[in-house]
Amino acid sequence: MGDLFNDFSIGLFAIQTVLLIVLILLMAKFAWKPIMNSLTEREEGIQGALDAADKARREMENLQADNQRLLQEARLERDTMFKEAREIKAKMIEDAKGEAQEQANSMIKQAQEAIESEKRNAMAELKNQVAVLSVDIAEKVIREELSNKSKQLELVDKMLGEARLN
Amino acid sequence: MYNLIGAGLIVIGAGIGLGQIGGKAMDGIARQPEASGKIQTAMIIVAALLEGLAFGALILGQG
Amino acid sequence: MGIFQYRFRFLFLVSFLLCGSALFAQDAEQAEGIVDTKKEVDDYIQHHIQDSHDFTIFSYSNDAGERKHFGFPLPVIVWTSEGLVTFMSSQFDHNDNGEVIVEEEGLSFAKIHGSIYELEGGATAVNLDEEQHATNGDKVIDFSITKSVVGILLIGLLMFVWFFGLARQYKNKKIPTGFGRVLEPLVLYVRDELARPNIGEKHYRKFTGYLLTVFFFIWLLNMAGLTPLGFNVTGQIAVTAALAIFTLIIYTISGNRDYWMHILWMPGVPILIRPILAIIELVGAFIIKPFSLMVRLFANITAGHIVMMSLIAIMFVLRAELGVVGSSVLSVALSLLLFFIELLVAFLQAYIFTMLSALFIGMAVAEHDHDHDKKGHDGSDVEDVRGDFI
Repeated sequence: MGDLFNDFSIGLFAIQTVLLIVLILLMAKFAWKPIMNSLTEREEGIQGALDAADKARREMENLQADNQRLLQEARLERDTMFKEAREIKAKMIEDAKGEAQEQANSMIKQAQEAIESEKRNAMAELKNQVAVLSVDIAEKVIREELSNKSKQLELVDKMLGEARLN
Repeated sequence: MYNLIGAGLIVIGAGIGLGQIGGKAMDGIARQPEASGKIQTAMIIVAALLEGLAFGALILGQG
Repeated sequence: MGIFQYRFRFLFLVSFLLCGSALFAQDAEQAEGIVDTKKEVDDYIQHHIQDSHDFTIFSYSNDAGERKHFGFPLPVIVWTSEGLVTFMSSQFDHNDNGEVIVEEEGLSFAKIHGSIYELEGGATAVNLDEEQHATNGDKVIDFSITKSVVGILLIGLLMFVWFFGLARQYKNKKIPTGFGRVLEPLVLYVRDELARPNIGEKHYRKFTGYLLTVFFFIWLLNMAGLTPLGFNVTGQIAVTAALAIFTLIIYTISGNRDYWMHILWMPGVPILIRPILAIIELVGAFIIKPFSLMVRLFANITAGHIVMMSLIAIMFVLRAELGVVGSSVLSVALSLLLFFIELLVAFLQAYIFTMLSALFIGMAVAEHDHDHDKKGHDGSDVEDVRGDFI
């Protein structure tokens, strides 16, 4: 302890103090202040650039999300359109089939009706023909029968025999 | 003579203290490597305080 | 191309350091020349640790047995009973035992162990007591431009040139070139690792200038102490005392209301204990903190120099036991090893001094935005809790 204070040089202490004050003031004014200002400025610049880049990236992401959404919407719309078209097609085919069936049915019916009426006409004509023929035959038969007297009598008898008088 | 014994005692004490500080700091860093920076700073501060104490004692003891 | 350039520079740096160490050893060898015994080595080391009034790079004895000194004298400025007296240190003719008496302006001066004494009127020789203090003379207040002052001036000039150059570079471009690229990270390191975390985001700007100056001042002076020039500036207690007192003044002036409150009338403890705590806190703030700052730097650098010189002295002390080659190899190997440790210590001590200064300033300006009378914290802010502990 004694040595320590013995070695202590007041002069050196004073000189050191003065020099240190001068050094601190000089350094602060001419070196640290401009250095610190430039460093801060640069850091702020870097921070600003980073922020701007971040913002741009976020905007880009938003844009991309928008695009995605639009694309999605377009796809959905296309899908619905496809679906509708398919439905319409199916319906058209269905309709066409039904119509064709109907038409075919009605044609068949008409044909049947025509056949029926032809048949009826034919039958009626046949009946007429048969009646005329029968009358003709009957006329001829009767004419034959009535050509002589015996035979006429015989016939009358026979008929009388048949037609019992009640 | 007594000075030297005193200096020896101081160095023993300071050595134990520094060992404790260093060892615990190592433990801490091993447990949480991500906090190693803070642990080192704290370790250096405490070691410096201890060192100052030891030097002070050595100089006082020197007479 | 660039990488080769850097590698070249790195190699240059390493070889410079190695040369420095080798030169240091060589310097000591040449300087000691006639130093052989343990006692002489001891005296030589003591002499080196002290400040000196002339700048001697090395000295040797020529064939005629005369002591030759290679260096230059420095002005001696002393405050005597008759006022300021100035003369050149060469008048003492490198004598340090009070054998040479310098007559100047009607006064007689003698230099004993680095201290200049003003002899009583008419005395023609120095009477020494058993502790080698002059009995017929008074110590003068010595404002000489000593070797340490030269060191301080040199390092101050160096710092100014470097950092003024760096500041000027920023005017034209955003990124410094050349040596500025080495300085800028160091400045950023001090600002971001020492000033900002220890003082706090709000106040650190005001104190960064002081911390940067002190950091580079101590570091460069520590490094200068490792060169063969043989500076031992940060190993002078007067220099470290001045530095410590600067820190003391700064944190005392900038202490806010909370800081003084915590020192003088500690909140949250019983009334009776408060005065005792106040005494402890006052002693801590005004004596222990600056004293520890002062002694730590002084003791570390002085111890480093003593060990360095002792390892070099192995060359002479163990010459008989190990032979010239053996002792030289051992000495150079050990001192080279220590040189790298000392490089680390040079940085570490600058770092610790700056960091503790920042910490003390931070404690003085810390803002306690919580009320101690209200128990507990409203928000568990980490900084808040930390502020409570330091």
